[in-house]
Amino acid sequence: MARGRRAGAAGRSTPVRSMVVWCPDWPVVAMARAEGVAEDAVLAADEFLAVIEKGLVYACSAAARADGVRRGLRIREAQARSPRLRVFELDTAVVNRAFEPVIMALEELSPGVQVVRPGTCALRARGPARFYGDEEGAAVAFLARLAEIGVTDARIGIADGLFAADHAARLPGRELVRIVPPGGSGDFLAPLPVGFLGGLEGADELIPLLGRLGIHSLGEFARLPLEDVQSRFGDDGARAHLKASGRDGQPVVPRIPPEVRESVSEFEPPLDRIDQVTFGIRAAADLFVQRLSESRLVCTGIRVELTSERGQVRERSWLHPRWFSSSDVVDRVRWQLQGGDAIETALESGISRVRVIAEAVDASAKHETGLWGSGSEERVHHGMARLQSMVGHEGVLTATIGGGRAPGERIRFAPWGDRVEASGAGAPWPGSLPPPLPSTVFEQPRVVQVATAEGEPVEVSARGELSAAPALFSETGALHDLRPLSAWAGPWPTEERWWDATAHRRVDRFQVVDDCGGAWLLALENHRWRAEARYD
Amino acid sequence: MFEYEGMTDAALSISSPAPAGDEIRALRSRIQQMQATKLDSRSVRTHPALESLLPGGTLKAGSAYSVERSTALVMALMAGPSADGVWCGVVGMPDFGLEAAAGFGIDLARLALVPHPGDEWLTVTAAMADVVGVVVTVPPKRVPDSAVARLQARIRQREALLIVLGEWPQSEATLRITESRWTGIGSGHGYLAGRQAVVSATARGGLGRPRRARLWLPDGDELFRPVEGQVGAGQVGAGQLGSGQLGSGQLGTGQLGTGQLGGGSGLERARPRILHEVAS
Repeated sequence: MARGRRAGAAGRSTPVRSMVVWCPDWPVVAMARAEGVAEDAVLAADEFLAVIEKGLVYACSAAARADGVRRGLRIREAQARSPRLRVFELDTAVVNRAFEPVIMALEELSPGVQVVRPGTCALRARGPARFYGDEEGAAVAFLARLAEIGVTDARIGIADGLFAADHAARLPGRELVRIVPPGGSGDFLAPLPVGFLGGLEGADELIPLLGRLGIHSLGEFARLPLEDVQSRFGDDGARAHLKASGRDGQPVVPRIPPEVRESVSEFEPPLDRIDQVTFGIRAAADLFVQRLSESRLVCTGIRVELTSERGQVRERSWLHPRWFSSSDVVDRVRWQLQGGDAIETALESGISRVRVIAEAVDASAKHETGLWGSGSEERVHHGMARLQSMVGHEGVLTATIGGGRAPGERIRFAPWGDRVEASGAGAPWPGSLPPPLPSTVFEQPRVVQVATAEGEPVEVSARGELSAAPALFSETGALHDLRPLSAWAGPWPTEERWWDATAHRRVDRFQVVDDCGGAWLLALENHRWRAEARYD
Repeated sequence: MFEYEGMTDAALSISSPAPAGDEIRALRSRIQQMQATKLDSRSVRTHPALESLLPGGTLKAGSAYSVERSTALVMALMAGPSADGVWCGVVGMPDFGLEAAAGFGIDLARLALVPHPGDEWLTVTAAMADVVGVVVTVPPKRVPDSAVARLQARIRQREALLIVLGEWPQSEATLRITESRWTGIGSGHGYLAGRQAVVSATARGGLGRPRRARLWLPDGDELFRPVEGQVGAGQVGAGQLGSGQLGSGQLGTGQLGTGQLGGGSGLERARPRILHEVAS
């Protein structure tokens, strides 16, 4: 009932005069920019690019489209049609972030922008049209502004209703602005195929059914009586019918521009020492945290963007186990400048701009310390942060157990405060070690030597046959250190990534016990013996 | 008269330097043994297997313990406090076997590592002692006495526990493995299933009588426990062989998984032999 009323309401409301701004192939442009492909090459349509989502083509460049690449193709097939195709994995965060400047540029000209999807946004046409004289003038002004920020191929459609305006913008053709006169949306949509309804709710069933009923264009669908469509296809069908007939009452819902909480420090002349930069941003960091706390927020994640005088931008996100104080912010900037190296204080090129953006904020009430303090955890976090300021962010680690065969592969480390991503710990991993596990796992495997009773090195054939029983063992790899073995077991062959010639690895593992009762985990790889771990 | 005789005795004993020096040293060591670092040191939860080895039967907060050449013993010392929810910090041990530690009951969620403290060893260890309850560390080759004293004072003040892999001059007790025998592995068959080790502990100063205990370090279920009686131990050993055979079965499937090998490996040949041993 409720849905029926909604459809009815949409039918009664008159379609709003809407304006849709469309940037063609936005995911491709954004991903290519992120991957460092020259932008004019993308626009000049001589670069064969495709963006892939879950193994299927999500978007492609004009050149690739000319070769027959279409949305929804599998990578293999797309590459077969266009052999020079370069593919990128879709990263929605990158695509959305790249679209942000476009939205902000439009919001400067007219408030109330709705983001339909990355690459497409909608506005109410009435306000801009009145301000710029007419709709055409408004559209030209918008395009000029977009060209200023580097988006030169945007298109604008103006029509009654979002659906018609969207298709007016996207319809192939040379003109950059297409205006459907008021009341003409129905006529404009009528010759278009019903396939254009794709993407609406219930359209997957509706479109093939209409095709079998002999209804091929939106105009033929719109000529059906609304009551009949509703009784046959339900509410989803009724809504699609309204859209097809150009009586789409869907309003433009402007987004509320998010308040950007950031702190920007510009340095002129650029600073080339880390301590200068950290000193320079201290006051800004104080202000940043103070502003957040004034609005009763704490920040649990920040992104730091460092711009060097050569124009390079280094950015990285940092998390905090609790929340950032101003000194924590300064610390993160310093660590990012150091780039993992705790000693270096001079920089390759001067830093001209430091931008700190709050990525994750939370109500400070949730992070209030208790009346008696929050006890040991808080003390531990403070202490570890102090340790990190001594040995660098990557110097203090936490660990979890993940998947893998060799004992050294199974541990995943993360710097203190970052999230540890462990995967595959529960998987069976045939060929991994049975418990008890070695108490010492060498960070760098040690070179050792295993020999037969005669002093010949022990080898394992491709079929896993031992050349002779191991009898002597040298901890240092030197032949004069050979001592007798009291027990041994193996070889346990592990063949990893045999399908990949470069990453292929064949290891034969042994456990041996030396004459002092010390046990070792040895690995024979490429005729070289190494100690991977020790049971001490 | 008697007093006079006594005096001559005393005078004599003082006049002969060699035996007196010995006596003084012996007395000093007695005093050192009887002196606790603190009168009422708080005891820390200790793994039951180690209770018989440690002076006073428990780990004491604010003191240091040293272990010679055995990370497994270090883990046994850590396991007690970690089970109590105490934070542990490991400094300067890039080779620390974390998965084994987790198996022995050390909570990885409350474990912080500084694998490469570099030249800052003392500062890092001291800062770690400020925040965690158990600090495990390998000292650099030469530690100046002043550094030892400073770290020891910090540990005492924070009531933390310092476990040193290597020598430490002021340790409450030094633990070492004097004998180690692995079960489950033969020449070319089985796999490492457990270890019986004789652990000896020397109390402060190194002059008291060492205490000894025969422990499973660890047994087949990754547990530390005392070996109960020699006869029983033999039977357990046989049981271990049985499980060793099971383990080799698992490894056999590993080989299948990698698509490798027929009956050529030492393991495959070994299986009937183990069966035979278990049957006999």
